[in-house]
Amino acid sequence: MRAAVGREFGSTRQSLPISLSDIRRWAAAIYYPEAPPRLFWDEEYAATTSYGGVVAPEEFNPFAWFTAEGPNLPSSFEGPVRNAGPEESLGIKGPSTSFILNGGLSMTHGARMRPGDVITSGLTKLVEYRERQSRLGLMLITETETTWTNQKGEMVRTTRSTLLRY
Amino acid sequence: MEATIGQELPVFERMSGFHAWNRFAAVNEEFVPIHMDDEAGKRAGYPGAFGMGNLQVAYLHALLRQWIGDEGRIVNVSCQMRAPNLRGLRTTARGRVTAVRQEGADTLVDLEVWTETEEGTVLAPGTATVALPPG
Repeated sequence: MRAAVGREFGSTRQSLPISLSDIRRWAAAIYYPEAPPRLFWDEEYAATTSYGGVVAPEEFNPFAWFTAEGPNLPSSFEGPVRNAGPEESLGIKGPSTSFILNGGLSMTHGARMRPGDVITSGLTKLVEYRERQSRLGLMLITETETTWTNQKGEMVRTTRSTLLRY
Repeated sequence: MEATIGQELPVFERMSGFHAWNRFAAVNEEFVPIHMDDEAGKRAGYPGAFGMGNLQVAYLHALLRQWIGDEGRIVNVSCQMRAPNLRGLRTTARGRVTAVRQEGADTLVDLEVWTETEEGTVLAPGTATVALPPG
């Protein structure tokens, strides 16, 4: 598996055009039970800001449920974990782990996402494998990095993800 | 707007539970057994079901936005998921300024950020950088 470090995997994905409703629902979910900031739902107010209109919260995910290719297929997260790490896509044998957790994230933000934007997620780079003992047993830590761009080619977000498997 | 080293941000607080997790699951398409079912949480080695790490990340963003306002800019947010946010706990996102620097026209502020329970257990410690609103 270590020989695969530095390789890219997965496929380039393109979002459907972001809708105002997608942004509003995301903001409503994050800020529940309070109202989200007007910048995320009030077009009249948002037009008075330097953005000139509604923008999405920086952490917004435009790839939920559907992409331009069609509906997402659900991953399996327990028992034999399917599509959970980079190995299947890299064509190498994965670890014999049963559980998977989000170990952490680092998001670097660029251009704001707006209604009508089409976001492209590039290939994901396998940055690092490491192991450590935890109270849950020996844990495999996988670091990956993916960059999103918008239809103008501007960087929207680079996300470095830490995947824990045990 | 000014920032000084050591300054604490106004907190952002939310109750952890299915009412919040289900809403986030619906928008992020994140229907994972450990976030929906106590037995699945126990099988994974935890006391029960717990909230999504991505929701903790979102709360850290909300904390920063609440402080810098609409015209501020979040440059980077990083955090580790150290402990589960279990149902019924009040999750508080906090931040403290660690550096203030000028980069071109931007005033950048580095922060230590984290979420914690009301007992003070740190859930998701991390760092962030924001650009203060111009002017």
